[in-house]
Amino acid sequence: MPHFLKRLAFMVPLMLVISFLAFALIRVAPGGPFDKDRAPASPEIERALRARYHLDEPVWKQYVRYLGGMLRGDFGPSLKYRNHSVADIIAQGLPVSLSLGAMAFCFAVGVGLPLGFYTAARKGEWHEYAGSLFALIVICVPALVVGPILIMTFAIQWRWFPVALWESPWHAVLPMMTLGLYFAGRVARLMREGMLTTLHSEFIRTARAKGLSETAVLLRHAFRLAVLPVVSYSGPLLADLLTGSFVVENIFRIPGIGVFMVNSTLSRDYTMVVGLVVLYAALLLVLNLIVDLSYGVLDPRVKYE
Amino acid sequence: MNESSHLSPNQKAWRRFRRNRLALASTALLLTVVLLALIWPVFSHPRIAPLLPQAMTWPPVALTDAQFQPPGAAHWFGTDVHGRDLLSRVFFGARISLLVGVVGALVSLIIGVLWGAVAGYVGGRWDAVMMRFVDILYSLPSIVFVIVLIAVLEESFKQWLAHWFTAEAGAAANMLLLFVGLGAVSWLTMARIVRGQVLSLRTRSFVEASRALGASHARVVLKHILPNVYGVIITYLTLTVPAIILYESFLSYLGLGIQPPQASLGYLIADAADSMNPIRIYWWLIVFPGSILATTLLALNFLGDGLRDAWDPRTADE
Repeated sequence: MPHFLKRLAFMVPLMLVISFLAFALIRVAPGGPFDKDRAPASPEIERALRARYHLDEPVWKQYVRYLGGMLRGDFGPSLKYRNHSVADIIAQGLPVSLSLGAMAFCFAVGVGLPLGFYTAARKGEWHEYAGSLFALIVICVPALVVGPILIMTFAIQWRWFPVALWESPWHAVLPMMTLGLYFAGRVARLMREGMLTTLHSEFIRTARAKGLSETAVLLRHAFRLAVLPVVSYSGPLLADLLTGSFVVENIFRIPGIGVFMVNSTLSRDYTMVVGLVVLYAALLLVLNLIVDLSYGVLDPRVKYE
Repeated sequence: MNESSHLSPNQKAWRRFRRNRLALASTALLLTVVLLALIWPVFSHPRIAPLLPQAMTWPPVALTDAQFQPPGAAHWFGTDVHGRDLLSRVFFGARISLLVGVVGALVSLIIGVLWGAVAGYVGGRWDAVMMRFVDILYSLPSIVFVIVLIAVLEESFKQWLAHWFTAEAGAAANMLLLFVGLGAVSWLTMARIVRGQVLSLRTRSFVEASRALGASHARVVLKHILPNVYGVIITYLTLTVPAIILYESFLSYLGLGIQPPQASLGYLIADAADSMNPIRIYWWLIVFPGSILATTLLALNFLGDGLRDAWDPRTADE
């Protein structure tokens, strides 16, 4: 528990540093949020706009104001999407992105774990080679190739699934596969390696010597230890799912927050960029913390001082 | 004692590597792709073109009326929306992708090795500070920072280059930024690995001996410590190249990477996805660049795995 609290306490200064970095970086960028609309805006209008969003104040003052708002859960108004606050946009897009990520995670684990387990258990048979080959191919074909190919075959040629957008559960199938396949391959390889090393260890020999059935040895004894590499990978995996969804949301025109990340950076939507960076970093930190803690639960040998 | 005991660890590692058939095959595959990407532009040279089948000599940017031709005798990989030959576009694209991957990985190598070596060698409080910094960067969404970095610096960097050099240099700003930006977010693991190795080498007696003989710190690090880490560095470098190629294709897909008329493999795929429509399927536009990209990534990953297996101390004495 003290370890957990320490980690949690460390996150506070970390979030401060991250928000400051994002804030500073986007402000250094040339151009501003009002450059592109109503092209030759009169200087008065521009000045009034800047005053409206406090952009005329010194930057440190703006940062302090921003921090104050953030503590109250107010990420400020979007500078680009008038009449929408950053919190609004996040509230609309985040559930979509998160459910896409969660589904892809389930897909990756649901396909990867059994595949890795099976290929390790059937070592030396053709099942192993077929499974390992599949895992490898899936790892090396990036999402931006898988996505269009899935659309071309399953959506355009055979019309089994819709081409794009995010409405019914049917709409989620292709994006989920596109995002999840790569990770399924990674999980399968880790699981396989974990199983192969675990099966060499002493306690497995003991379990076999006790006369346990092969299924019991594999499932109850080997699996629990062999799955640990997968657990420690799931931290980076969740992070990669978050960023990987940028591309997948783009391919399938899904209204998540990934699209906003790119667009708001390009249009210098200051508040939006900082809000999203802070959100991503916070998600990442929390997910990593959860993963570390679950590691301790699964492996009794891991102790935090 | 066996007959190979006179070999240095690096020689033994190379020996193990040469016995790994999968790694050797991917090296050959990779060299083929690299060679083709390098010599492809030569094919359209007027003195060489007549010697080759016409399909191999299309320039990558020539616009023609032959729009969306499926693969055939004249265009082996078909043509795109502007009638450009996909075969030569794929190899020109592979060239750019590989260039970004290699240069980006070298940037990450320089930063990572310097950072890790200094942290590991100096140790103590500096080590703690430097590695904490790496931890912080680890917990940032790196793609966000690449996007912000490129979007933020592009204009000013372009003007700076055009002012001090030529207008063409200004046009190359985008690619230079990609190198730096992708390298700048990919050095973290390298720094961690190098730091760990240096930390354990620092206390070894040959390092102490060298210090006692009056070698400077810089000399000790460069001459005695880093040569012992180089297997690990090369291994990780080969694994960084595909990661950066993939990263670049992501950015190109989002419209932030290589800008037309230059095209990386990722850009070609993005282009193909754009011209996708429910009436006709132009499968060749995505299948060919996609499979070249996938093959390159596969070969690089196998090569990296092979190198890691060869240099892994756990397999040292087979």
